[in-house]
Amino acid sequence: MSAILYGLLGAALTGIGLFGLLVRTEPLLRILAFNLLGGGVFLVFGAVARRGAAAGFAADPVPQAIILTGIVVAFAATTLAVALAVRIAEEPGDAPGAAPGADQPPDAP
Amino acid sequence: MMVDALLAAAILAVALATVAARGTFTATALFIGYGLLLAFAWVRLGAMDVALTEAAIGAGLSGALLLGAAARMRPHRVALDRAPGRAMTAAIGLGCAGVTAALAAAILLLPDPALSLAPQVAAQIGTTGLGNPVAAVLMSFRAVDTLLESAVLVLAVIAAWSLAPKGGWGGPPGLVQPQAQGGPLALLARLLPPVGILVAVHILWIGKDAPGGKFQAAAILAAMWMLAWMAGRTAAPPVSARWLRLVVAAGPALFIAIGLLGWLAEGAFLAYPPGLALPIIMVVEIVLTASIAVALALLVIGPPGRRA
Amino acid sequence: MTAWGALPMLAVMLPVVGMVLALPLGARGAERLTLALLPVGIVLAIGTAAAVQAAGAPVVHLLGHWAPPLGLALRADGLAAAMLVTAALVVAAVALFARADFGTAAGATETRAAFAFWPLLLALWGAINLAVVATDLFTLYVALELLTFAAMPMVCLSGTRATLEAALRYLMFALLGSVLYLLGIAFIYAGYGTLDVVLLAGRARADLPTHVAVALMTAGLLAKTALLPLHLWLPPAHAGAPPAASAILSALVVKGSFVILVRLWFGVMPGLAAPMAAQVLGGLGAAAILLGSVAALRQERLKLLVAYSTVAQIGYLFLMVPLLVAAPGDEAYAARAWTGGVLQAVSHAFAKAAMFLAAGLIAARIGQDRIAGLAGAARLLPVPVLAFGLAGLSLMGVPPSGGFAAKWLLLTSAIEAGQWGWALVILAGGLLTGGYVYRVMAAALTGDGTQPALRRPDKRETIVLALAVVSVVLGLLPLAAFGLVQVGRLDLAP
Repeated sequence: MSAILYGLLGAALTGIGLFGLLVRTEPLLRILAFNLLGGGVFLVFGAVARRGAAAGFAADPVPQAIILTGIVVAFAATTLAVALAVRIAEEPGDAPGAAPGADQPPDAP
Repeated sequence: MMVDALLAAAILAVALATVAARGTFTATALFIGYGLLLAFAWVRLGAMDVALTEAAIGAGLSGALLLGAAARMRPHRVALDRAPGRAMTAAIGLGCAGVTAALAAAILLLPDPALSLAPQVAAQIGTTGLGNPVAAVLMSFRAVDTLLESAVLVLAVIAAWSLAPKGGWGGPPGLVQPQAQGGPLALLARLLPPVGILVAVHILWIGKDAPGGKFQAAAILAAMWMLAWMAGRTAAPPVSARWLRLVVAAGPALFIAIGLLGWLAEGAFLAYPPGLALPIIMVVEIVLTASIAVALALLVIGPPGRRA
Repeated sequence: MTAWGALPMLAVMLPVVGMVLALPLGARGAERLTLALLPVGIVLAIGTAAAVQAAGAPVVHLLGHWAPPLGLALRADGLAAAMLVTAALVVAAVALFARADFGTAAGATETRAAFAFWPLLLALWGAINLAVVATDLFTLYVALELLTFAAMPMVCLSGTRATLEAALRYLMFALLGSVLYLLGIAFIYAGYGTLDVVLLAGRARADLPTHVAVALMTAGLLAKTALLPLHLWLPPAHAGAPPAASAILSALVVKGSFVILVRLWFGVMPGLAAPMAAQVLGGLGAAAILLGSVAALRQERLKLLVAYSTVAQIGYLFLMVPLLVAAPGDEAYAARAWTGGVLQAVSHAFAKAAMFLAAGLIAARIGQDRIAGLAGAARLLPVPVLAFGLAGLSLMGVPPSGGFAAKWLLLTSAIEAGQWGWALVILAGGLLTGGYVYRVMAAALTGDGTQPALRRPDKRETIVLALAVVSVVLGLLPLAAFGLVQVGRLDLAP
């Protein structure tokens, strides 16, 4: 029963994280929202693992292993996003037109 | 059940507060709380391995990383896009509520009885010599995922270092001047690391039979290094240091070599010779722990900064 | 486990071990290691294709002898073999081209860009290979993350603020895509007790958890593949990177998530045959073709034009979706749509790599990349301009190019399926493509009367021309070679 409860919590956290990711413009707040979202996704996985408790194991070990791998990968992704955001914040602006991608016309589809 | 309901409500409240917060410091502090509460949720879900990882990485290392970033970014305001208007925000909120509703419905409609690979793991775990089923999945049945993930960490270090600004290449990673010395941090940095290292070694060793293992041990070791670094007790070696790069690459390189040897000797990549599985797995675990610990710490410290 | 199953395993591990060793070796060592691994990788890829062709069946390697669902397998079918060969050849061409920009002379100190470029290139190569041969949905997730972590720094290798912002936007899109995909995996595992694509084939039920899972995974993969309207990150990211990085990003990176999408829709889901959703995907593809091409026509900068052309060409890939879903009864034209889709992915890879590298050579020589300022380029740089034109022929779909064969197969299959709308879109897209390629060629071919400057021969020009020629002669391949890509299609599994 608690598996379903945490599964539903994961669903709620997913929605909350997604909302933060879409409405926040500050990079750090977006990164935090991405991590909230990730926590929700892992909880849904955890609920699946718990439902699969069998053969004397408190939870199905296969999804647990996947969550472990996923948490470490998500952490690495977070560090990269943070490094990029910090770098942008500390980068003095370039001369306009320094990069071909810079001046995308606003009316592009 | 009551405990679970309270815990779930608390996690939900902290998550909502994190998204509602406008200040990066407030939001980060709330997020650390979120990680700690999640670790309790993992305990309640019977996933002790995940709980340890979540506490060490989700709350500990992520917290240090994000607090540091919030401090560095405070003088600058960066916005990627224009903020959505009121109507758009409402529409996004409705959409996200819809996503949650669909997910909740899907969770309630999952097949009953649940499908599980637990019986198959139980039937085959004897071949690995391990007692911890999660470790058996990570190091034997799905070992290639673990191998690739350790390679992802090497790649992440390369990717992070590639973000060094002009003039920063070759120097030590992170800020030029670590945080101020003295105070409670210095005391912690003197007392905690010896204990932390012992705990990490213990967690690594018991990981073969009980919850624990390389990820958790590596995260604790990384945190100890971070602590000493933040208190100014150790300096990070320059990114050009050959030994530093060797340590990061050693674990994945050894793992791949073991895999290829398995192919040559046993006919399949990552196949372990019968009877030798446990010693091979433990050697790989120990070397991987060192590599992962250094990689995690380097990822938190970040790319080399601009030198004067 | 099949004979030669080790070939796809080695094809994945070779670049991965190269990437890991590149870190301690440093920039110069990594460059030399990469150059040494290229021929090995090409042999492994061609060997895999030959083994698949000879056996007429996929080659499979069970990792650690553990069979799915408990274990993981690597499996090269025809689609995987075609992509392995494509990736090996494009990576080789880009690596040789990149030596001029990212090479390190003996005794020279390591630079940041040179340190990063070689392991990133190897990581991208390994990730693409993994994405096409892995059968486990979570192993595919790791492949997607490898791809993202390697592609993001490629985007901002030059380190300017504009490229850093493009990289962050790309990273956010890619991470959102991954996490949605991962959530979908949770529901697949809960519903079926396995994540293996081969075991899942044909078992899908039309219940709510399965629909939610497929919707989440599709949305996540579309964001990574940059299908309109999720394409906004692509043009600034691809256009701002150094030419070698742009080439690899546009030619290969978006194809990794596309192949996974194909596995999901036509491996896992054929039992679900959702004609409505397939029509929507086809519709988005058609919109991408038309709007992407129009946007390319309106660009003032050469590299942005080429990047918008990628947005349009990705659209063609998705036309195969409604054609395959609508055709369960008639195998002949479904097979044609499948081959057309795969050939589009392959020929676009060669053509687009050629275009970005040619554009890079032109921009470096002229000193800027405004299309209006290209006058005299054909006289200064005849070979890159010729390569750009040849690649353009393939993108337009002019016979006998690979692009022609791809678009012809999609076109005839659409007509036979009675889905005339897609045929019209293919024709209109060809005309629009002709328009933007003509704009560039017309500008480059106008002489401004000045004498051509003295110039040293540049072997990079030969590499660019070779890529363009491959994209053209792909259309001349004997039909037997097209049979390869049919091998091991999961939607045909009994």
